[in-house]
Amino acid sequence: MAKHEYAFYPGCSSQKGASASNYLTSVESMCKTLDVKLTEIPDWNCCGASIGYAEAGELPRHVMNARNFALSEKNLPGQEIVATCAACWLGARETRERLTHSDTLMADTREALKEAGLTINEMPEIRHMVEVLIEDLGFDEMKKHVVRPLEGVKIAGYVGCQTNRPFGVAGESFENPVYLDKMVEMVGAEPIPEYEQKVTCCGGALAFSEPEKAQAQIKDIVESAYDHGAEMIVTPCPLCQANVEIYQGQINQRYGTKFNIPVMYYSQLMVVAYGGNAKEAALNGQVIKARRLEEIAAKPVKR
Amino acid sequence: MSANTALAEKYRNNFLKEIEEQVEMGDWVKMCMQCGVCSGSCPTNFQSAWEHPPQELFMMIRAGKREEVLTTTSMWNCTSCYNCIVRCPRKLPITHIMHGIAEYAHRLGMAPKMQPTRFFSGLFWKNCTHTGRVNELKLSMGLYFKDGFAQGIKNGMAMQAVALGLVKAKRLNVFELFGGHKCKDQKGIQAMLKKAYEIERSRKAAKMAG
Repeated sequence: MAKHEYAFYPGCSSQKGASASNYLTSVESMCKTLDVKLTEIPDWNCCGASIGYAEAGELPRHVMNARNFALSEKNLPGQEIVATCAACWLGARETRERLTHSDTLMADTREALKEAGLTINEMPEIRHMVEVLIEDLGFDEMKKHVVRPLEGVKIAGYVGCQTNRPFGVAGESFENPVYLDKMVEMVGAEPIPEYEQKVTCCGGALAFSEPEKAQAQIKDIVESAYDHGAEMIVTPCPLCQANVEIYQGQINQRYGTKFNIPVMYYSQLMVVAYGGNAKEAALNGQVIKARRLEEIAAKPVKR
Repeated sequence: MSANTALAEKYRNNFLKEIEEQVEMGDWVKMCMQCGVCSGSCPTNFQSAWEHPPQELFMMIRAGKREEVLTTTSMWNCTSCYNCIVRCPRKLPITHIMHGIAEYAHRLGMAPKMQPTRFFSGLFWKNCTHTGRVNELKLSMGLYFKDGFAQGIKNGMAMQAVALGLVKAKRLNVFELFGGHKCKDQKGIQAMLKKAYEIERSRKAAKMAG
């Protein structure tokens, strides 16, 4: 039996061939090393994300999340739900909070769920993967598995919005969370605690609908990382990762900059530090290649 | 009588009450003390300025500026970063109120028709509820072709480099255009959502009647 077991809510962007498929690959490798067992919630659905608001209304949006709770309760009773995506985690937590605080909303949700042959009896705990790492395993346990420290690599920890607000990780401040810097340090790399854009918004869905507005924000995020001498950026959020990485070419055209900085997931750093190869860390999933990590991942492991 | 006229009639001279009863989290609007921290914390207001930033919208609601509030592009600039929520000294759930006012304006047909984020928001919800899961390729294509075929091709060409980078990294699958990821129990999801809309509509109607 694995040391830690959870019901897993991977989310739409983590699916095969989707924008955060590299996140999922690296999380799977990371969990193998840490003896964390994730069992996918059968037939899970989209959380609706914050951007669906024009048509989602209140109840339909909560019902979408509640369906996942019901499926988890039915198939994986007693297990906490773990999400890797910031938006999935936020959406599910928000629904949990609203349903817990309103009997009417809860009753209405149950009535709608009945149409899909489902019900909720107990409200599940909703956790983000970084909460599992920090709270259930702890930094000492995470560090124990480091066999290939990322020595001398300077990394800007970009926390972004939705893993940080409005819920955030317990004990962290909204303005200056430090857990990501601690994770960078844990894998043997050099954090940049004074990176002042760590909680700046990447523009979210506006990167699609109004790119000029989002790209103005992404420019600040990348520029500051360069100013602090970062070689790469690391983030816990799939949309932050994609937005900050894939539009650098367009930003260069718009602003005459020469941005070309890799944007990684914490799980990718951990897999390389844990002795995993480039494939296990899904380094091939980068649009802007992380050459330095590829080199390290090709080196033999000191055991 | 259109839904909009009926609602305007019923809440005559009391737009605040209308917002309280018809908008998600609308009953918080009266708690705003006009400090402006929300507007100063908003990334899109900082970068490109909203027509009416949140604290201004709250005052306009209290002043009964119904037409101006419901037709503005302002709320549609929200990136859902939640900065306003965590900084508000009165703990107003501002992000949700912005989404709520936007949803209400959209419901009444008063929201600016071709505002790109309004369009994308509706597109996203339809996309993810259609099969239960987001189809990223169809979502992007739907957005590019919003202003017609010719503009769609042009938009697609502008995005070519970005798309190619993702395809090479195996993070965009062109076959998603023909099917793609989906939930098994789509029928259940549709039935469940239909019921949810029914209940929500009847609750709002009851408030209006009451």
